[in-house]
Formats: sequence, structure tokens, C-alpha cells
Amino acid sequence: MRRGIAQLVAIGVVIALLLTVVAVVFKWLPTSASEEFDRIQAVYWFATVISIGIFALVAAVIVFSVWKWRVPLDDDADGPPIHGHTGLEIAWTAVPAILVIAIGVVSAVVLARNGEAGTRPLEINAIGQQFAWKFVYSDYDDLRSGQLVLPVNQEARFTMTAVDVLHSFWVPNFGQKMDAVPGIETSIIVTPTREGEFQVVCAELCGFGHATMRAKARVVSRAEFDRWIQEQNA
Amino acid sequence: MTTTLEHATPDHPGPDHGYPEHYEPPRGPYWRLFFGPGLVRGVWMALAFFVFGLLIVAGLRWWWGWDPILHWEVIAAVAGMTTAPIGFLAGIGSFDYWLHYIVGRPTRPEDHSGHGATSWKDYFRVNTDHKVIGIQYLVTTFVFFTIGGLMAMLFRAELAQPGLQFVDPQTFNGLVSVHATLMIFLFIIPAFAGIANFVVPLMLGAPDMAFPRLNALSFWLLPIAGLMFVTSFVVSGGAFGAGWTGYAPLAEGQPLGQTFFNIGVQWAGASSIMTALNFLVTIITMRAPGMTFWRMPLLVWANFTTSLLVVIATPFIAGSQFFVMFDRIMHTSFFVPDGGGYVLGYQHIFWFYSHPAVYIMMLPGFGIVSEVISSMSRKPIFGYRLMALSLMGILVLGFSVWAHHMFVAGMADWLRVPMMITTLLIAIPTGIKVFSWIATLWRGRIHLTTPMLFALGFVTMFTIGGLSGIYLGSVPIDIAASDTYFIVAHIHYVLFGGSVFTIFAGVYFWFPKITGRMYDERLGKLHFWLTFVSFNATFFPMHYVGLRGMPRRVSDYSEAFGDLNFAISIASFVLGASFVVFAYNIIVSWVRGPIAGGNPWRAHTLEWQVTSPPPIFNFDEIPQVVGGPYEYGVPGARHAVMSAAAAEPQEVRA
Ligand code: HEM
Ligand SMILES: [Cu+2]
Ligand SMILES: [Cu+2]
Repeated sequence: MRRGIAQLVAIGVVIALLLTVVAVVFKWLPTSASEEFDRIQAVYWFATVISIGIFALVAAVIVFSVWKWRVPLDDDADGPPIHGHTGLEIAWTAVPAILVIAIGVVSAVVLARNGEAGTRPLEINAIGQQFAWKFVYSDYDDLRSGQLVLPVNQEARFTMTAVDVLHSFWVPNFGQKMDAVPGIETSIIVTPTREGEFQVVCAELCGFGHATMRAKARVVSRAEFDRWIQEQNA
Repeated sequence: MTTTLEHATPDHPGPDHGYPEHYEPPRGPYWRLFFGPGLVRGVWMALAFFVFGLLIVAGLRWWWGWDPILHWEVIAAVAGMTTAPIGFLAGIGSFDYWLHYIVGRPTRPEDHSGHGATSWKDYFRVNTDHKVIGIQYLVTTFVFFTIGGLMAMLFRAELAQPGLQFVDPQTFNGLVSVHATLMIFLFIIPAFAGIANFVVPLMLGAPDMAFPRLNALSFWLLPIAGLMFVTSFVVSGGAFGAGWTGYAPLAEGQPLGQTFFNIGVQWAGASSIMTALNFLVTIITMRAPGMTFWRMPLLVWANFTTSLLVVIATPFIAGSQFFVMFDRIMHTSFFVPDGGGYVLGYQHIFWFYSHPAVYIMMLPGFGIVSEVISSMSRKPIFGYRLMALSLMGILVLGFSVWAHHMFVAGMADWLRVPMMITTLLIAIPTGIKVFSWIATLWRGRIHLTTPMLFALGFVTMFTIGGLSGIYLGSVPIDIAASDTYFIVAHIHYVLFGGSVFTIFAGVYFWFPKITGRMYDERLGKLHFWLTFVSFNATFFPMHYVGLRGMPRRVSDYSEAFGDLNFAISIASFVLGASFVVFAYNIIVSWVRGPIAGGNPWRAHTLEWQVTSPPPIFNFDEIPQVVGGPYEYGVPGARHAVMSAAAAEPQEVRA
């Protein structure tokens, strides 16, 4: 049996390695362009490590058992009458409990951090309407724009409202997402860390134009942002 | 422990009953064709009731002086989707016995003429035999599975390239919405009900379900619901296109098709509730002597917990759809903010059903897989009691997690962390089940038959779906992944790699019992491997495109995802084609497969101790249960003592 266990472990390790390669070689996540997404990605990797371990365990036991104990279909003997094992059953109740609680704690901490707006966030109203976004800069005389322009390294608080039906404000590289709901206000915080051009995508089915309800998001330096504001007001 | 329902007596006369008062309709054959219960009367009564509904609407509108008098949206809802189906049900005879009873006419003595099937025509009648009803369920649900699958092929063709090629966006939304609605309400949920209908009474040692007439009625509600979902494509404005989730306020402004969803769900839901009540009463009151709760097979446990979920949760989706319909038709404002309505209220009510519903779509599969793995490994199920208790744990926790579907919906912030914790906790009973299945394999004597392949495929695929569920349970990750293709990947790993694989496992496993014949093992394996590989090729890359930024429910998408979506579409066509192998195997084997015998798997549970197919009232003598259901390898252990006659191998009924 000891040899069997060694073989089982070997299968498990191979599966885990393969999965690790798949997880690392492909770029599963878009490049993070916000502090919030950096933290989300940390939780993602934490969950990925645990998931690879659990999947490798389950798959290894199945592969090993079938390989080791498969019999021809006309075999008519029975296996050993093992009804259970209290120690094992406690273990596979307790260990997953610890793991998921760990994920829960990490997630709760990140969630709380990602909800902190800093001392003086840039206030932006994102208004969803079939099928376009409108951004209102309330710090700048309610300047309205169809394009989202943000200064880098400055917390921005988006307050979402919807005119007609549900929409969802999402910039994949920012990681954050929130529905715009008719009748109530919702909000998220984004702190862009990377200058560049991104896409605002509507993520909540809002009718036949949903697929094309996108807008441009630009993250620029503080100076360029100020210049843009002036141009708009001109 | 047992009951003595009217036909539960062991010395029952059987099909050739010879009751002297056998009911003979007094008129000629044409009279019977038109006025006797059956499809013909069903059709004309549906028409008559449609006219009746139309007159109610037109009459009331005329009375109040509303214009127009013939308001077709209202007439569709009242006459087309409410009174006409009632007329149909009355016409086929679902209510005959009860109506006679209510009005004090002499009820027909129960002659069992509506019980059992001797020709294929009996499957198109109101039939009270749980085995016939089980087959009616399964055949109907696989028909809708095919229709829903073809719709997926269509929108996958559209998605093969960015931009619009085949359908306009509104049609696309309709296809996606009807696809999902059929798969959930007309395939997974009722297919499980079909398997359970056939198997559970047999496993309990009961002659039938507790309420056979209610059982027949609950089946006939299903085609009505299915027809509504499918025909919504032909009305003006097209099919309902607000997703299977039908979120308000989008659903409230949709064209007429949305009403088909609102009301179709009522019929499907009513069917679920009736069946669930029937299972609960059957399981509680009709167990054979000696069948204690701790001797019940896990499939019975699974359907017991599922039925509790159905009975408690389903009224909530019924309510949510009524509110939307009232907003649409009667201009109330449950979810209209300008009238004081609360938009998120819809989502809370909807998910209060629809999260438990995902377990309604999973627990019966857990039961199937426990039966298959135990008998195919020739070992007792590992940790039987904990397996049953973990079902109960999922049942209870399942009601406390609904808002994990709303982490980005803008609900109260404080609700997020508690809902995350309960969601993550469900991983514990779920993990117990997965670990117990693989521990059952350990040192077993593993027979790698087709049902076993599907069961093992299920365990691995469902593990992936469960793990992606953990990602989504974590609020920060969910905020990034919600409403994207990652969700589409997740639901297909749990519903397709999960539920659908278990349905395949169950159909293959009980095929010899249901039909008396054996399916073709080689074709079964081919079906499994084709499905398994193309399933993964279709849905695994969806995790990637979702995380990378592709939202779900879109007919058009960014160029960046073009290549992968093309590959996904090709894989999905292979997946669709793999179903043909299954259909061919099942149909051909049903007609001329080799005779299977009573117990080809040498399993211990009661359904295998009778002939295949089972006798009309299941057991010639009520069995006496003396031990657990999975005592493989225990010398001399028995689950039940049958009568001597039933133990002999018997010929299959013609
Ligand atoms: C070849 C088979 C299938 C393919 C290619 C397929 C593909 C898809 C795709 C691409 C979507 C998302 C479309 C969008 O949102 O833009 C979808 C939605 C859905 N599918 Fe399938 N599907 C298949 C089979 C199934 C099966 C067997 C089930 C259930 C048992 C199922 C259940 C669902 C559900 C529930 C949704 C909607 C989820 C939601 O909107 O919340 N699908 N399917
Ligand atoms: Cu949208
Ligand atoms: Cu859920």
C-alpha cells in the first residue's frame, strides 16, 4: 500500500503542476490599472492556489482508483465493506472549513479596503441610459462628458444612477463593477494607477443595444486632466 | 411505517381486475372520441375555454367602457395562457375524478384503467402509473432539451465572430433567454422529477406515489409551460429577451413575449410544487416495513431534501413573476421607482427562489451519483449518514445565500460579508459529498460502465464548477467576474458538467429497469468521451474570455475575443453532435436492445429486486426491509426480503 500512496501522490503532483502551468502561462486576468484590482488579483491568486490543490487531490484519487482497481465488467466479486472512517470524515469537514474561512477573511479585508474613498476623492456621477454612458463631474460644475477621463493615482468615487433600466458600470482593467439601478444610488471607488486608454463596458443586460453600450475611459496625468477640464469648459 | 392505500394490498387483482362494476361509457365510439377524456376533447375544450376567457376580458372592458374592447395583450394572458390550458387539462381528463366527486356524481370505481401502459397510446393519456409518468416526463424533457440545445447552436453560430451575422440583437436575446429557460424549467428540474418518479416508489417498496392523480396532473402542466416558452417566438416583438432571470425593469418594458415567460413559469412552478408534495408524502408515509429513514437509499434522501426546497422556495418565483406581470398589464408599480416601487426587490425575491433552485437542480443528481458509484464500485457508500446529513446542511444553508447573486447589484453593503460567509460555508457539505464519493472508489472493484463514466465525469466537472463558485463567493473576485462569461462558464460546469451528466448517468443506469433492455455499451462510452472532451473545449475557455473582459448576454463583442469564440463555437457544435449518439443509442436499444434481466448491476436497492420493467403494481408482495441499501461485500447482508416468486428471473413483459 505504501507504494500505492506514493503513486497517488505522484499523480496528484503531476496534475497540480500541469494546472499551475496553465494558471501561470496564460494571462487569465487583464492588466491591472487600479489599486483595487491589484488587491482583487491577490485574492484571486490565493483562491487559485487552494483550488489547484483541491482539484488535484480529487482528480488524482479518481485517476488512481480507476487505474488501480478497475475490473472487467463480468467480474462479480464485491469490494471490502468499508462504511466510513470517522477521523477522515472529521478531517474533510474541518480542513475545507478552515480554507474557506481563510478565503472569506482575506476577501472581507480586501472588500473593506476597496471601499475606502481616501480623504478627498474625485466625485463622478455615472449615468446609465439605453444605450450610452454619461459622466458628470460634480467637482467641476457638473461638467458632462460621454468619455471618461481620470487623473492617475487619484481616488475617484463613482456614484451610479440609471434613467431607464439596470446597467452595470465596468472597466475590466479597473476590476471594480457596480450596477446602475433606477431609483437608488450606488457607488464604487476606483484609484487608477496606470495611464492609458481603457473601455467602459455595460455588464448588465439592458435591451437590444446592450452589447454595444461602451464608452472610452482615459487615465491621464494630473496636468493633462486639468487641461482637459479647461478644454471642456471652454 | 407503511400505509394501506386503496391499492396497496398484496393480493391485488392486477391489470385484469375483473371488477364487476367496470365503468363502460354508455355511448358509441364517436361519442367517446369527442366527449370522453383524451386529446381530442383536450383540443376542443382548450378552444372553448379560450373563447370563454376572451369573452370575460371583452365583456369586462365593454362594461367599464375601456378602449379597445379586444385588447390582445390582455386576451393572450387571460384566454391564451390561463383559461385555454385549464380547458385542455379538463379535456384530457385530469379533473374528471375530482369533479365527479365535488358535484356529488357517482365517481367511477377505481378500476385502474388509467394505470399502466399496454400500448404507446397510453403514454398520450392521463395515466396514474408512476412508471408511465416517469417515462412521460423523461421523453418530454429530452424533447425540450433538444430544442433548447438547437437554440444554443444558433446563438453560438452568431457568436463565432464579432459583429452581427445571423440574428438581430433582440432575437439573440430571445434565443439566449428561451434556451436557458427551457434548460432549467423544462429539462433539468423535470428530468430529475421523471427519474425520481420512476425510481423512488420502487426504492421505497411502494406500489405507486401517494397521490397518483395529482402526479398525472403535474406531468401535464409541463408541456403547457414548454409550449408557452417556445411559441413566444411567434408573437409580435419576439420571444422574451430579458434573460431567464427576467430582471425588472427591463422585463416590464418588453413586448408581449415577456408575458409568456411570466405565465409559463407559473405552470412549470405549479408542476414542481405538486410533484414535490407528492414525493414528500410518499417518502414519509409509504415506506415498506423496515424501511427506516436511515435505511433509505441516498437517491430517496436527495429527493426528499429537493422536495422540501421546491415546496418552500417555488412560491417566491411565482410571486416575482406575478408582480412583474401586474406591473406590465395592470400598471401597478411593484418595481417601478417612479410609482414608489423598489427595483432591487425583484432580485431579492427572484433569487430567494433561484438560489435554492440551483440545488433543486443539483441534489437529485447527487442522489443518482451515489447510487451509481456505490453499485459500480461494489462498496458501501462512504459515510452514509454524513452524506444524508450534508444534504440537509445544504438545504438549510441554501436559504441563506441568495444575495450572492447581487454582490454588484447595489444592495445594502452590510449584507455582502454575511452572504459571502454563508456562501463559502456551503462548500463544506458539498466537499463532504465529493470526498465521500471518491473514498467510495477507494479499493473498490470498479466497473467502468457508461453510467459510471458519467458519474466520475460529473465528480470532476462539478468540482471545477464548485471551485469557480468559491471564486464567485468571494465578494472582491465576484465584483470583477460577475456578469461576464466567467459566470457562463461557471453555470455550465455546474449545470451541464454537473446536472446534465448526472441525468445521463441516471438514464443509462436505470435504462435496463425502465425498458427491460440494455443500451449499447460501446456507443455509451463514445457518447461519454465525445461529450466530456467537447464540453471542456466549449466551456473552459469561457472562464478566460470572461475574466479578460467579455460580458455575458452580448450578441457582439470586442475583436480581441474573436479567435477564442470561434474555437468555442466549433467545440459547441461537436458537443451538440454528441447528443445524436445518445439519442440513437437510446432509441435503437429501446426497440431491440438485448433483454436486460431484473438486476444487471447486481445492486441491492429494491427497484432491482423486481422484474424489468417492474410489474404493474411494482411488488407482488410488500418487501420487508432488513438492512441498509449498500451492504456490498458484507457477508450475508440483505437490504430486503422479497417474496420467493419475485426473486426468480422473469420474462420481460411484451
Ligand atoms: C451545447 C450546449 C450549450 C451551449 C453551447 C451553451 C451556450 C450558452 C451560452 C453561450 C450562454 C450565454 C449566452 C450569453 O449570455 O450571451 C448560455 C446561457 C445559459 N445556458 Fe447554455 N449552452 C449549452 C447547454 C446548456 C445546458 C445543457 C444548460 C442547462 C442544463 C444550459 C444552461 C444555461 C443557462 C441557465 C444559461 C443562462 C444563464 C443566465 O443567463 O443567467 N446551457 N449557454
Ligand atoms: Cu447594458
Ligand atoms: Cu446562488
